[in-house]
Amino acid sequence: MTELNYIQAITLAMEEEMNRDENVFVVGEDVGIKGGVFRATDDLYNKFGEDRVIDAPLAESAIVGVGVGAAMYGMRPIAEIQFADFIFPAVNQIISEAAKIRYRSNNDWNCPITIRAPFGGGISGALYHSQSVEAIFNSTPGLKVVVPSSPRDARGLLKAAIRDNDPVLFFEHKRAYRLLKEDVPTEEDEIIPIGKAAIKREGEDVTVITYGINVSITEKIATKLEKEGTTVHLLDLRTIYPLDQEAIIEAAKKTGKVLLITEDNKEGSIIGEVSAIIAEHCLFDLDAPVKRLAAPDVPAMPYAQPLEREFIVTEDKIEDEIKQLARF
Amino acid sequence: MKTVENEHVHLGLTDEDVLEMYKKMLLARKLDERMWLLNRAGKIPFVISCQGQEATQVGAAFALDREVDYIAPYYRDFGVVLSFGFTAKDIMLSAFAKEEDPNSGGRQMPGHFSSRKHRIITGSSPVTTQVPHAVGFALAAKMKKESFVTLTTLGEGSTNQGDFHEGLNFAGVHKLPIITLVENNKLAISVPYDKQVASETVAARAESYGMYGEKIDGTDPLQVFKVIKEARERAINGEGPSLIEAETVRLTAHSSDDNDAAYRTKEEKEADRKNDCMVKFADYLKSCGILTDSIEKNLVETIQHEINEATKYAENAPFAPVASLTDYVYEQ
Amino acid sequence: MSIEKIVMPKLGESVNEGTITTWLVEVGEHVNEYDPIAEVMTDKVNAEIPSSYTGTIQEIIVQEGETIKVDELICYIKTDGKETAEELNATKEKIDIDEPMTETTEEGSMSHRYSPAVLSLSQKHGVHLDDVTGTGIGGRITRKDIQKYIQNRKSTIAEDTTQTEKRASKSVVQPPSTDPYNEGYELTGVRKAIADKMVLSTTEIPHAWMTVEVDVTNLVKYRNNVKQSFKDKEGFNLTYFPFFIYAVAQALQAHPILNSTWQGKKIIQHRDINISIAVANENELYVPVIRNADEKTVKGLAKTIHELANKAKTNQLTQNDMTNGTFTVNNTGTFGSVSSMGIINYPQVAILQVESIVKRPVIIEDMFAARDMVNLSLSLDHRVLDGLVAGRFIQHVKQILENIDETTTLI
Repeated sequence: MTELNYIQAITLAMEEEMNRDENVFVVGEDVGIKGGVFRATDDLYNKFGEDRVIDAPLAESAIVGVGVGAAMYGMRPIAEIQFADFIFPAVNQIISEAAKIRYRSNNDWNCPITIRAPFGGGISGALYHSQSVEAIFNSTPGLKVVVPSSPRDARGLLKAAIRDNDPVLFFEHKRAYRLLKEDVPTEEDEIIPIGKAAIKREGEDVTVITYGINVSITEKIATKLEKEGTTVHLLDLRTIYPLDQEAIIEAAKKTGKVLLITEDNKEGSIIGEVSAIIAEHCLFDLDAPVKRLAAPDVPAMPYAQPLEREFIVTEDKIEDEIKQLARF
Repeated sequence: MKTVENEHVHLGLTDEDVLEMYKKMLLARKLDERMWLLNRAGKIPFVISCQGQEATQVGAAFALDREVDYIAPYYRDFGVVLSFGFTAKDIMLSAFAKEEDPNSGGRQMPGHFSSRKHRIITGSSPVTTQVPHAVGFALAAKMKKESFVTLTTLGEGSTNQGDFHEGLNFAGVHKLPIITLVENNKLAISVPYDKQVASETVAARAESYGMYGEKIDGTDPLQVFKVIKEARERAINGEGPSLIEAETVRLTAHSSDDNDAAYRTKEEKEADRKNDCMVKFADYLKSCGILTDSIEKNLVETIQHEINEATKYAENAPFAPVASLTDYVYEQ
Repeated sequence: MSIEKIVMPKLGESVNEGTITTWLVEVGEHVNEYDPIAEVMTDKVNAEIPSSYTGTIQEIIVQEGETIKVDELICYIKTDGKETAEELNATKEKIDIDEPMTETTEEGSMSHRYSPAVLSLSQKHGVHLDDVTGTGIGGRITRKDIQKYIQNRKSTIAEDTTQTEKRASKSVVQPPSTDPYNEGYELTGVRKAIADKMVLSTTEIPHAWMTVEVDVTNLVKYRNNVKQSFKDKEGFNLTYFPFFIYAVAQALQAHPILNSTWQGKKIIQHRDINISIAVANENELYVPVIRNADEKTVKGLAKTIHELANKAKTNQLTQNDMTNGTFTVNNTGTFGSVSSMGIINYPQVAILQVESIVKRPVIIEDMFAARDMVNLSLSLDHRVLDGLVAGRFIQHVKQILENIDETTTLI
């Protein structure tokens, strides 16, 4: 066991995979000598050299597109998009290309690329350094979209993503990077399977289904509420596309009162799909309307702090929603 | 076309080689013509043509090492893929969208070539996305220190896409073993060159990517062969990528769904006919004594027979079972 | 002049802590606004922290080499000059703006709004939602409320196990135990349904019982006469049971209050006479229904009973076969019973046990006679039925049965 924060767990996963498989390489902006703007590739340049830790030209479509080509050849690229907000020039390469390569070639070609991108806000990142972009991708069969919620998950899921034989989008919450710390079983080669949600906490009163940084926030609130007599059943989606439907149904049925949380804008977010799954499968187990806690439908979170705070899902808002559902 | 006698010998090509090139061009042309007939007969939904560009395609393919090199072709490249191992049957299975279609099992439209076996990299319909892929293959070659080049082709309209710029710049920065061949038929569906590209030539764009650039006559397969072969040598020697622009003609409408009468005059089309690479190359081979009327007649008959058989086979071949619809979204 | 705090600044996105590597100032030193006061190292950057005020360093809180979280205090500074009114206001920012919670939902308005989960649980467990107290918003019954209610009901029964067992053993609705295990075994669906229903019935219904003796000598004679020909013609046995059903169905027409069900706050008297009968296979007990029994002949009843019994044996009874019964007749005589106290088939209001027919000496006109006698035991829901109406009904059944012979009743 080693105590690691979220970003150290990510760096470690990449380092371990690069040691394990010489086909694994990193490509992105500033990933080389600087070690990434968030330092996710810290020291990898020194350890593996410029051929395997490639400082790409500032061109996202090429970072992904070249990665897609290399992946088809048999390499295991980890493409870093500096901020998820800047992924849009590469969306054609992700949705039209990476996602469809296996299907369109009838299983002749495949594309084992991992695309990492820091996302999310609450760090004064304003409109273009704070967005949650996952909803763009979660209606694209062929892609897997992963959002780890803890250092341990970050390491295990990233290793799984790199070894996956299909394209994986790996979204890392910026606020989690240095906020979340925990013991990680570094002595083991722990692989956390993609596509499986995790029950983080058992409870009887309200089910919370969320992902990313809101998992740890909800855990904190749940600990507090337990002392007040309300228990929370907490499901961490971990992979948000394709969804672990079975786990969602089971968790929803557990209490019949479901709160869904995302930092994304409410309309069209992934939790809307989670809600639809619950509506389809759990009607006779529901004891309250399914509630969604999400950002308002405005383009993105503003720079000014009061506005940013108003946009974001805060601890208070989560606590309030859980309490209201418990009382319902 | 420079009809220097026995030009091909100077390029290291035998009489058999050039006759083989002519056969591939002729097969591409005849298959294309057959597909139009099938389309107009209501048997296949869609055709996109190579007619007028066969010389560029076959000339380029023959300049590569067809045992090791990779290609990321675009939708008109029937001449390229036939040179890389596809057969008339493969093309017809694709046209009829049958289960045995080697590109996609009937999932993609015709012209979306793919075959790992033949080192043909799968492509899509949004243009130019294949350019960064080819760069990725070239990057892998460099990283793995393997001796192959990757050729990607596209139309001149596609050179305006971001992926063209991003991909070529990446290749230029990292001096990757890749050849980008622009088949300039001077029409992007209906929009002519001067409304597409501001620079006088596409090849001129090479300079900004720090790579070799050259514009050539794409109706002469030998000239294409020569230039691509040189580009390949530079690539293998670590001298970096090349951007080659081959000027061709487009003898058909953009596709079976397009009516080019709306944007082209009869005169223009007739002028293009005079530049038909098939006629020009046949004349060259005849002037060298490699092709005679009887050989040509024989060749046409053989090819027609092959195409008839391929059509019959593909028409009768089964579609993929409907239950396969959900197969291979992910690894199974 | 005032004492101000200087805190660890957030040096970059995702940075949560920093280490003071060097203090560039000492306590007592005067600094101008934006003068560097300390060097800080974080995961992302190394930087000098500037002073936010002009003043004198009052106290250094964090020592060199210490790592602290963003926004934690690193030092105090005594500022020069006077505070402006604006600054005063800014520091005394109004925090408490909480408004009192206003309950917009009218109390009680939710008490009859049931969620799908509550409704399905109430149906599954036969819970009358009026009996459950809602603790949710506006008195809404929550899923937990109903789960608790069911749980309590079960534990009440469990406390009274001996009594329940005694009652159950008296009841012939309980099938003979063929279970070979002494140890606990899982409840099957049917067994669980039986258990729930029995508990419901015995806990909710105030049972009363009465038994009459019926002389069925003529009926026995009649049935024995036609028994063989019936079997030859119809292919199955003619038992006594359809005669009893026949008599009950006729009597119910005359006493429709016994043909009713208890529905919480009201009693519904049914127009159709649908007789439930208990049919057992090895492990389970089923209660299929003979619909419109009053419209059937003895033969028709015999045939229906035969079919239902076969279906039960082969596990082919459908839910439809077992719903909408309005009165139950239980053939306890099959087991040789001569007296039993049936548990009412909830929500019906009465059940009739038909005991064994036995030959007994009976005094008729002061003479001993060997007669075929049978006991009929009626259990009644005392909320709905009183002794008088039940007595009249059972007397009517008796009278019909004693008058059955080839001249009065066609098979």
